[in-house]
Amino acid sequence: MQAIQLQWIDYTILVAYVAFVIGIGWMLARYMKTSSDFLTSARSIPTWVTGLAFISANLGALELVGMAASGAKYGIATAHFYWVGAIPAMIFLAVFMMPFYYGSKARSVPEYLKMRFDERVRALNSIAFAVMTIFASGISMNALAKLLNQLLGWDYNIALWICSGVVLLYVLKGGLTSAIYTEVLQFFMIVLGFAPVVYLGLKDVGGWHVMNHALQSVAVNPSALNLKDAGITFAPDAWTSAWRPVLAGSEHNPMGVDWFAMIFGLGFVLSFGYWCTNFLVVQRAMAAKNMNAARNTPLVAAVPKMFFPFLVIVPGMIAVALTSMPDKNYRIPPPILSEAVYGQAIDAVKHATPEDPAAAVKAVADALGKKVAPDKIASLVAANAASKLSDAQIKQGIYNSIAENYYDGVILSLVKKYCPPGLLGLALTALLASFMSGMAGNVTAFNTVFTYDLYQAYFAPGKSDRHYFLTGKVITVVGILLSIGAAYFASMYDNAMDIIQLVFGFVNAPLFATFLLGMFWKRTTGTGAFLGLFGGIAGSALFHSLTIAHGNLPGVKGGYLHLAQEFPSEMAQNFWLAAFAFIVCFSLTLVISLATSRTKSDADLKGLVYSLTPKIVDNNIPFYQKPAVVGIVLLIVCVILNFIFW
Amino acid sequence: MGLDIRWPIGLMFTLIGALLTVFGLAKGAESTSLGININLIWGVVLLVFGVLMLLGAISGKKNPPSA
Repeated sequence: MQAIQLQWIDYTILVAYVAFVIGIGWMLARYMKTSSDFLTSARSIPTWVTGLAFISANLGALELVGMAASGAKYGIATAHFYWVGAIPAMIFLAVFMMPFYYGSKARSVPEYLKMRFDERVRALNSIAFAVMTIFASGISMNALAKLLNQLLGWDYNIALWICSGVVLLYVLKGGLTSAIYTEVLQFFMIVLGFAPVVYLGLKDVGGWHVMNHALQSVAVNPSALNLKDAGITFAPDAWTSAWRPVLAGSEHNPMGVDWFAMIFGLGFVLSFGYWCTNFLVVQRAMAAKNMNAARNTPLVAAVPKMFFPFLVIVPGMIAVALTSMPDKNYRIPPPILSEAVYGQAIDAVKHATPEDPAAAVKAVADALGKKVAPDKIASLVAANAASKLSDAQIKQGIYNSIAENYYDGVILSLVKKYCPPGLLGLALTALLASFMSGMAGNVTAFNTVFTYDLYQAYFAPGKSDRHYFLTGKVITVVGILLSIGAAYFASMYDNAMDIIQLVFGFVNAPLFATFLLGMFWKRTTGTGAFLGLFGGIAGSALFHSLTIAHGNLPGVKGGYLHLAQEFPSEMAQNFWLAAFAFIVCFSLTLVISLATSRTKSDADLKGLVYSLTPKIVDNNIPFYQKPAVVGIVLLIVCVILNFIFW
Repeated sequence: MGLDIRWPIGLMFTLIGALLTVFGLAKGAESTSLGININLIWGVVLLVFGVLMLLGAISGKKNPPSA
């Protein structure tokens, strides 16, 4: 892909956006008087605002780029990350868990754990969370800076520091409120910036039905587009049905996942573990102005979340369909290679002779360091021998013959294909907005947990509020600097990202078992929760060391101790790992709790455990605002969506 | 907090919408995609969205929201 050229109009839109987000920070600065204003928004924000911020903070982490990539790789089944992997958990959070988070007056999720259990559980959770948020934000910033570097030709360092600098400016000025308000603006920016790209893509491909038709012919021979290895075929509906290929078994869908791993691993363990316990999102709801607003926050968020697949996954499907249509002159972008590498490959084509296509293919593949389609190289060499082609024509031929896909490039390749100057600036601004909202989300969650759960709890208890307010500000700067450090770390080692995500998986997978038992069973003890969590983390590490996904070598990807089980895909391995870790943590916590004596009386646990908390009586709110009613309606809509794309 | 977020959202999209609309009109056929003057169309969409947000902010100022 050639670098995208921006014009003055594109820069104007970008600058206008940056000016507005910084301006919001400035406007809010005068309301920041206490540490609570800065770190928890003093619980004062309306529901629709916290709801959209809830979804926007989550949207950051590579979602636009990653979901389009998955849409291309797996088709409409990627929507399970929304309909199975998000909506039910968001509704559960709203109806059952928010009353404890909000009602306990805890300022953070780790603080709730301290109230419910003890300091050990809080320390374990807050340290793990602080480290993870930094790395999550670093990974995402690294990806952004790389993308801007490859596609706009911006300098990696400048892109990284400027984007982080903008986030720092508005978060430092307006704290969590500023992050939440800008997240709402970013939400609209993302939706309105990408909607025209989806519209134009669908129009170009010939509409929804033509796209599905094309995807059906792709599914029976996915290797033609390098989506799968040669010889693998699926039923025609593998890319266009969400459930049938999954129910048919792991060999029958491109994800390589079976229904149990999908529903229990993703839909229950991973999804509830993320949405119900991750302070990054829960913090948005905790900033709401009253209990009902807090409970409705995830429900407001669930509405756009349910329809996001059409914005973020469909582009990937469009890209596959376009690639299968020769007259569209489009392919899923190949891995990005430098001009120098292309130069060597062009020389290889020029020096090759049509009589020995095998040698030509080898020479080009060696020059590129990538697999190539032999027939395409052979015909390119023949065409060049028949009548000399220009370097640009040869380069285009080589580009089309690279037999590997760079899925993360899908969304920007569509932006580039369809957006004239003007709209281009809007779409790129939307992309930047999504990364900034993610980073601001991480940083504001990090500074709250660090200030209240680590600094105030263990290093400097009992200081004035002014002291913690300033600490919060300093920690914001430190958090951003650490994120930048993490971004450089991720950029230096190819394996860094794999390892980090692996550790996230180990730590996160068992977490929901602890919360579930803690909130709904008063007998759960601090020792049980603490050892259960440790056991769950150790259990996931053990599971990982004994299993591997098909096609991976033992090592970072698992299986380094012994090969007990091979999974058809990494996704299946992850889902099963989560399920295993949950069961280990759940059983251990249960058994150890029964074996140890309670340290907290029923009175201590009032407001923290379901059976000891008076039911919320919400007679004074209209029935259509009651979380349980709204939750059921949303669940029904979600089930209908599943059936439409069955 | 004393800031109604609809103000900045409304102002920003009104501004960007107006910019795209004018740009689409001025460039005409030069800035189309698939034969559609998408800058003009989408500029108008953003403009309408921005103005609606501003109207919401204005009416919110007159009657401070109770809930």
